Amino acid sequence: MPEFNVTAIIENKPGISDPEGETILNDLVLKSKNSSVKKIRSGKILRFTIVGSDIKSVEKKVEKICDELRIFNPLVSKITISANKC
Amino acid sequence: MKVAVVVFPGSNCDRDMFHVLTDVFNFETQYFWHQDKLPNNIDAVILPGGFSYGDRLRAGVIAANSPIISSVKKLANSGTPILGVCNGFQILVESELLPGVLLKNTSLNFMCEWTNLIVNNNNTPFTNKLKVGQKIPIPIANGEGRYFADKKLLSELKNNNQIVFSYQNRVNGSTEQIAGICNKDGNVVGMMPHPERAAEAIINPVDYKPSSLIFESLLKTLGVKN
Repeated sequence: MPEFNVTAIIENKPGISDPEGETILNDLVLKSKNSSVKKIRSGKILRFTIVGSDIKSVEKKVEKICDELRIFNPLVSKITISANKC
Repeated sequence: MKVAVVVFPGSNCDRDMFHVLTDVFNFETQYFWHQDKLPNNIDAVILPGGFSYGDRLRAGVIAANSPIISSVKKLANSGTPILGVCNGFQILVESELLPGVLLKNTSLNFMCEWTNLIVNNNNTPFTNKLKVGQKIPIPIANGEGRYFADKKLLSELKNNNQIVFSYQNRVNGSTEQIAGICNKDGNVVGMMPHPERAAEAIINPVDYKPSSLIFESLLKTLGVKN
């Protein structure tokens, strides 16, 4: 079976404060005269290398793993999953 | 009367907790490694503070998948008193024995300082010798201690009297300054501050008595005369 790279991005839901993103925006980016930037959200990326039959099935598999093992906390975080062939 | 102190890879307050339980309050105490099972004759379980698995992924989440947690859940469901302190609280939340989540402090700093707690609920196995409104001078030591509850959860916590402790002042951005909560039945309690670092006069520069009442409450719960 082929190998895929599956990327899971975990970030806080809208409305949940993100002090790291706010600090990067206010104390780094805006202080460097980049006034066109309006918002920065920080997050975490996990990249899974996984074997499977196709992109959809490996995305589903990683989604299931992330749900079952609480890789992200659903109260405050959301996850975005996307796969491509290695 | 046997109290279990659970040790995870990265726990670092287990010995302080063991010392206070045995040397100060005369509990019969035993360490249990996270890969063990807890026997049925355990009367109370303490999950101590520390940095299980180096806080990787998110504080407490990897330890929450340890084999011992299924024993802890079994005892919790049968009404056994369970206390999680600091990382222990994070593990209780991540194992869904307690609701909500502990996020990075608003300052993003590791905070190590003395705070004042206010008792909100004295109807738990760990607070029954305290008074509602009583002040507890006690230290915190955490990086991910900002308790968060959304509107729905917050109203549930209030309706069920699940907010056990709150900070007297704004400390780390916690929702409504929450420092400790319990489950609906009241037997599972989690708190970010460290009572084991405050329950003896020699290490508490303010007043050790209120913190010692947390352990005396457990003695009372277990029917031990003190």
